[in-house]
Amino acid sequence: MNQPEVEVVETDLLILGGGMAGCGAAFEAGYWGRAHGLRTTIVEKAAVERSGAVAMGLSAINCYMGMRWGENQPEDFVRYVRQDLMGLCREDLVYDIARHVDSSVHMFEKWGLPIFKTEDGHYKREGRWQIMIHGESFKPIVAEAAKKAIGPENVYERIFVSDLLKDPSTGHISGAVGFSVRDHKVYVFKARAVISSAGGATGVFRPHAVGEGLGRIWYAPWNTGSAYSLMIKAGATMTQMEHRLVVTRFKDGYGPVGMWFLLFKGKVRNAYGELYEDTQAKALDDFPPYGQTRPIPTPLRNHQMLLDRAQGKGPHYMRTDDALQALTQGLDPKAIRAIESDAWEDFLDMTMSQALLWASNNIDPAVQPSELTLTEPYLMGSHSAATGAWVSGPEDLAPEGYFWGYNRMTTVPGLFAAGDGVGASAHKFSSGSYTEGRLAAKAAMAFIADNPDRPGVDGEAVNQLVETLFAPYRVFEDNQGSSTKPDINPNYFYPKQGLLRLQKLMDEYVAGLGANYITNEPTLLRGLDLLESLKQDMAKVAARDRHELLRCWELWDRIRCAEAHARHILYRKETRWPGYYYRGDYPQLDDQNWKVFVNSRYREESGDWEMETQPHHSIVA
Amino acid sequence: MPTYVNPDKCDGCKALDKPACAYICPNDLMVLDLAMGKAFNQEPDQCWECYACVKTCPQSAIAMRGYADVMPLGASLTPLRGTESIMWTVQFRDQRVKRFKYPIRSTAWGSIEPFEGAPEPDSATLKDPHLCAEEAWLGVDKLPVPSGRM
Repeated sequence: MNQPEVEVVETDLLILGGGMAGCGAAFEAGYWGRAHGLRTTIVEKAAVERSGAVAMGLSAINCYMGMRWGENQPEDFVRYVRQDLMGLCREDLVYDIARHVDSSVHMFEKWGLPIFKTEDGHYKREGRWQIMIHGESFKPIVAEAAKKAIGPENVYERIFVSDLLKDPSTGHISGAVGFSVRDHKVYVFKARAVISSAGGATGVFRPHAVGEGLGRIWYAPWNTGSAYSLMIKAGATMTQMEHRLVVTRFKDGYGPVGMWFLLFKGKVRNAYGELYEDTQAKALDDFPPYGQTRPIPTPLRNHQMLLDRAQGKGPHYMRTDDALQALTQGLDPKAIRAIESDAWEDFLDMTMSQALLWASNNIDPAVQPSELTLTEPYLMGSHSAATGAWVSGPEDLAPEGYFWGYNRMTTVPGLFAAGDGVGASAHKFSSGSYTEGRLAAKAAMAFIADNPDRPGVDGEAVNQLVETLFAPYRVFEDNQGSSTKPDINPNYFYPKQGLLRLQKLMDEYVAGLGANYITNEPTLLRGLDLLESLKQDMAKVAARDRHELLRCWELWDRIRCAEAHARHILYRKETRWPGYYYRGDYPQLDDQNWKVFVNSRYREESGDWEMETQPHHSIVA
Repeated sequence: MPTYVNPDKCDGCKALDKPACAYICPNDLMVLDLAMGKAFNQEPDQCWECYACVKTCPQSAIAMRGYADVMPLGASLTPLRGTESIMWTVQFRDQRVKRFKYPIRSTAWGSIEPFEGAPEPDSATLKDPHLCAEEAWLGVDKLPVPSGRM
């Protein structure tokens, strides 16, 4: 293997990941950077125009208060999120998103995002928090603003960042290292502050389809957990890594259900015509007080459907037929056509495969219902889930113990997080993630202004990282002769083979869908053993080309997320979120002992994980 | 359904400095077969069917074939994306056809001026909670704080 070219990029603020949070960070940093002559650089493993979870488009913005029309106040949002999270969220972070998010959405509209309107000129609501958009080009629009805000010359695409750099004497973050997915080249970014705005983790668990459909999962398959992995390796304290998202979606295509539930008032009935929320109503009483409060938390709704299924009452159907027939009764053909168009747009804006699945199965939603299912688990901090870094709150909102100098800064000085990267602050979605990027960027600029000395970069550490980055090439080159069939070799395996091994063990031991989302201490300990041997074997992961090298490092990111997830689930001795996962050995929710955050810190030197709890403080009654 | 490339239409984007599909794919899947001079999907089971390549292909050479382990054959879903709107043609397995057209952008591409109308940034406000030009964009006079605080 030839020595790679090394390019050193000196910048002030480095943004890792150009999704919604990264684009929000770029916008805000571009603005404040002008006052101080500071440079902002964004690094993305794909093309910012279509990267991150919103690459495909969106049909709704799920976090919008509408304060200018008096529709909702931030307090209302905090109460809603707290209830959906079964009592546990960082209320200062959630409140902060809510009080700022409207300004981001109003800018999106000015920039050209088409938003549905009512007759009186308000945004059309799909539900209390959701507004409807024509969002096919949501990401390209937001990307255009981000690139212009920092200057296109500061956008580095097709670079996979593998590691953060720290000043060896102060422990401050000082940059990052990555490799080009297009050329044989390494990038060393030297920075004064870094924002981890990369993606949450998919592909950690085995999904329903394991053949060609392996990639047709609900959340973006290119979100491989970099946001968490980078921060874990850098020694940042993580929170709620035991949390996860399992969503009820249209079967096999994983198309959105929000519009059907909220706008079209669709009902889900089991195969015998019963409403599962009726047949399983009593199950809510097992999880007080959250089961008795409305709206019913997402995990408890999953729980009810799982119980119904276990009683042999599936499949469960979204009765699109009943909903559309009720909605269109007595309307003229033009009005009926408009409703049909909205129904299809929900898929065509953001989950085209679901539309194709309807066409493949000759399903007309006005005539036939569609099956729903529960997905495999995802680790994320942006949607209704709350994994991520333990970050400082804003000074004017954070209770004692939740503030250490700079909003959204992790426990590593100079390292900030946003979007999927921030834990205990769910329901941000696209607009809230963008807004959190903005909050992190402004605070990072303040950190840079307060710390004028450029942090040091350990050249020897960089050299070692570069050496490690390309090791999978050498594994392949050195061992390809030891078998007549390249796929079966005793001395190496491909990243796809490693991925399937990870997914199998997580499914079976860490409460995946194949285990009905159930685990216990002995099962988790066995899972951690198997994970340990996979980590050891990663010294034998082989890459034949740059694409496969990318997959090797993405697999490492997923493995680190998997371990954090398993260790956190092991530590929390209760079932806080039935329907997401169950501790079979602790099947009850235990507010007395466990209404606390579980935090972890990984020590790269020893491989140890330090676990602790942090108290939950309310700022809203 | 992963993407597939029609060999009669794909010209390898010879006129561009790089193939459009390889540039845009969020998952690094579309690549050029150098011998053929045409694009293909190098890892179909990691395709999300996001249609980014289909929408951007200048030759309309890329389409989807439903995931082999999930979808019955015979249907198709085809976008035609312009500057202001997108038209979708849904063809069912039983040959029924539906067409839908949706707006995608209300302003000209490239027209965004991110800080238009925003005041010059004031470093004295770097540590207050207000974001860029929020007084203009938030829609309410005052940034909220929880009742009982401040």
